[in-house]
Amino acid sequence: MTTAAATAGERTAKAKPATMAQALGRALRDSMAEDPSVHVLGEDVGTLGGVFRITDGLAKEFGDERCTDTPLAEAGILGAAVGMAMYGLRPVVEMQFDAFAYPAFEQLISHVAKMRNRTGGAMPLPITVRVPYGGGIGGVEHHSDSSEAYYMATPGLHVVTPATVEDAYGLLRASIASDDPVVFLEPKRLYWSKADWSPQHPTAVEPIGRAVVRRPGRSATLITYGPSLPVCMEAAQAAVEEGWDLEVVDLRSLVPFDDESVTASVRRTGRAVVVHESTGFGGPGGEIAARITERCFHYLEAPVLRVAGFDIPYPPPMQERHHLPGVDRVLDAVARLQWEADN
Amino acid sequence: MTVQELPGAAAYRPTPPPAWKPLTDPAPLLPDPEPYRVLGTDAVADADPELLLRLYAELVRGRRYNAQATALTKQGRLAVYPSSTGQEACEIAAALVLEERDWLFPSYRDTLAAVARGLDPVEALTLLRGDRHTGYDPREHRIAPLCTPLATQLPHAVGLAHAARLKGDDVVALAMVGDGGTSEGDFHEALNFAAVWRAPVVFLVQNNGFAISVPLAKQTAAPSLAHKAVGYGMPGRLVDGNDAAAVHQVLSEAVARARSGGGPTLVEAVTYRMDAHTNADDATRYRGDSEVEAWRDHDPVQLLERELTGRGLLDDDGVEEARAAAERMAAALRERMNADPVLDPMDLFAHVYAEQTAQLREQAARLREELDAESDRHGTDDGGTAR
Ligand SMILES: Cc1ncc(C[n+]2csc(CCOP(=O)(O)OP(=O)(O)O)c2C)c(N)n1
Repeated sequence: MTTAAATAGERTAKAKPATMAQALGRALRDSMAEDPSVHVLGEDVGTLGGVFRITDGLAKEFGDERCTDTPLAEAGILGAAVGMAMYGLRPVVEMQFDAFAYPAFEQLISHVAKMRNRTGGAMPLPITVRVPYGGGIGGVEHHSDSSEAYYMATPGLHVVTPATVEDAYGLLRASIASDDPVVFLEPKRLYWSKADWSPQHPTAVEPIGRAVVRRPGRSATLITYGPSLPVCMEAAQAAVEEGWDLEVVDLRSLVPFDDESVTASVRRTGRAVVVHESTGFGGPGGEIAARITERCFHYLEAPVLRVAGFDIPYPPPMQERHHLPGVDRVLDAVARLQWEADN
Repeated sequence: MTVQELPGAAAYRPTPPPAWKPLTDPAPLLPDPEPYRVLGTDAVADADPELLLRLYAELVRGRRYNAQATALTKQGRLAVYPSSTGQEACEIAAALVLEERDWLFPSYRDTLAAVARGLDPVEALTLLRGDRHTGYDPREHRIAPLCTPLATQLPHAVGLAHAARLKGDDVVALAMVGDGGTSEGDFHEALNFAAVWRAPVVFLVQNNGFAISVPLAKQTAAPSLAHKAVGYGMPGRLVDGNDAAAVHQVLSEAVARARSGGGPTLVEAVTYRMDAHTNADDATRYRGDSEVEAWRDHDPVQLLERELTGRGLLDDDGVEEARAAAERMAAALRERMNADPVLDPMDLFAHVYAEQTAQLREQAARLREELDAESDRHGTDDGGTAR
């Protein structure tokens, strides 16, 4: 497990501010340069470089047969990717926005997730499905869904989501290299977040499936991922004044789930709050809280709490700040751990 | 409706957006008004007698295979079987027009096409038997897994054909779908992708009249399913699906066209499903005997047999020989299907991911314990192997 402190030390002198969007683009570029079987396809990924410009320059560098503007049809895009993978290519599919991936669910669930299993291991499908997800960018309806629970509920898929610039690069490289299909959730409100990062000396590619402690602490663990990581880091900072020393765990991978890291942290701190912006009911937090309870019951000094989006369709942009869990809501939850902490 | 232009107003003619130019002239794309036939027409003179005899032997075998598989459902040896009796000409032609390097993308009904392509008859039945989802390595046989969700295999065929062309291989994919499946969104998306990419794909629609109980008239308002091709910019071909020679010829032409870079073709084969949808279906609820009887006169095996015997290419001995070969195949199938498959329950966890997750390792360990406890109780040591 790497810590923030350790990776900071590895940074080279050449590092300069880079955005998550740039790191993702670089990961695609490096993967394509290294492996001619990597193909990018999706809506507007070619000339335009994607509506978020993640694929900018790829068509120019690798040609439009390797970075392909497809017809506007998500099931067709992913279905074609299945056939391409069957013939030995490594397709990386871009879904333009979270809620527009739904037409492709049939392909994802019935074929992408199951092909290895259906064929007794004879035909794995190394497909990466990139899905910009989550809110906080002022998008109108259908542009801000957090659909991770749907993907998590489908055996056969890996589900990963970076929260930092370095991870965006490392996790995407690892996802494309994986022989299994990966749903790669990109927290779109972090696309323009910056970090000192050198594309010339990118972070080593770690295998997917490991959580990371972003901030060590002793009095409670905040478990989070993707767009909620900065919220939790800020909350942990603010909580210092209240005498809380919060540990922040960034899951990075929802499937496989790193029980080991989460369990170790919660056993150390005795308290846990799961934070994410997708809905609470039937959301990832319920699964995570249950796992913690099963593994850490005797270490827990308070119930595992969840701070999640409300159980409502994603609200219109002028109202989204009420829905998205912010620092105050996280701190409130931490305060609810207080009674037990005092005893 | 015509719009009256105001007198004196400059005539306004919309110009298409600059990026728009039609790629294809629609006229050559239109299907023939009548299904194309070879048997019983002048065209049969050009047909290769050897091919006709081969088709005949395969049809007889296929018919017997369907009967045997249906019988196996009655004995509980198969969970379900969707028979393709009546449709053998489509199934066999689909398998025989392909070169070894080509790929077949069958639907759930197309076991026969897979077997005719050379797949082991028992391996072809694992899905329907229920012991495994896909009993064969798709890459080895270049047959995609039999596909149950309707039309979802069609975009796979497009992607595979596209990938093959990108790699410089002259591989063609032939994808099969039923008339009901043409209503699915994936059908549309696949045809559109194939046409835009000029992918070397052939789509074969077996229009057998029904999607379970729903007749074609409730499925589409199009003049024919082949007409659907035109809007995508690919040719649509209508063929008599019970005329093995005609299906073979039309598919061969479509495959050749695809292989030479001409792009995809949609072929509609008009045929009829003689049996019920599956062994579990009651067809009398949605169709009458007289309709079924009318199609008996147009039986694909009989049509070909009449043609071959009429032309002196086949005699009673030849017919007998074909039937005997089919009988031997059925007996072997029966025998092999009567043996219980040996299953390893731990396989349940073996092929979910390349590397088992910690969660799956835990669950596998639990099942292992349950199986051990079970075999202790029963005093057996078969590790829970069961049918
Ligand atoms: C997506 C989907 N919807 C429904 C079904 C259930 N179903 C199985 S077969 C069938 C009818 C298919 O008819 P058709 O496409 O004409 O093929 P045929 O059975 O005639 O070969 C239906 C509705 C299915 N398999 N997949």
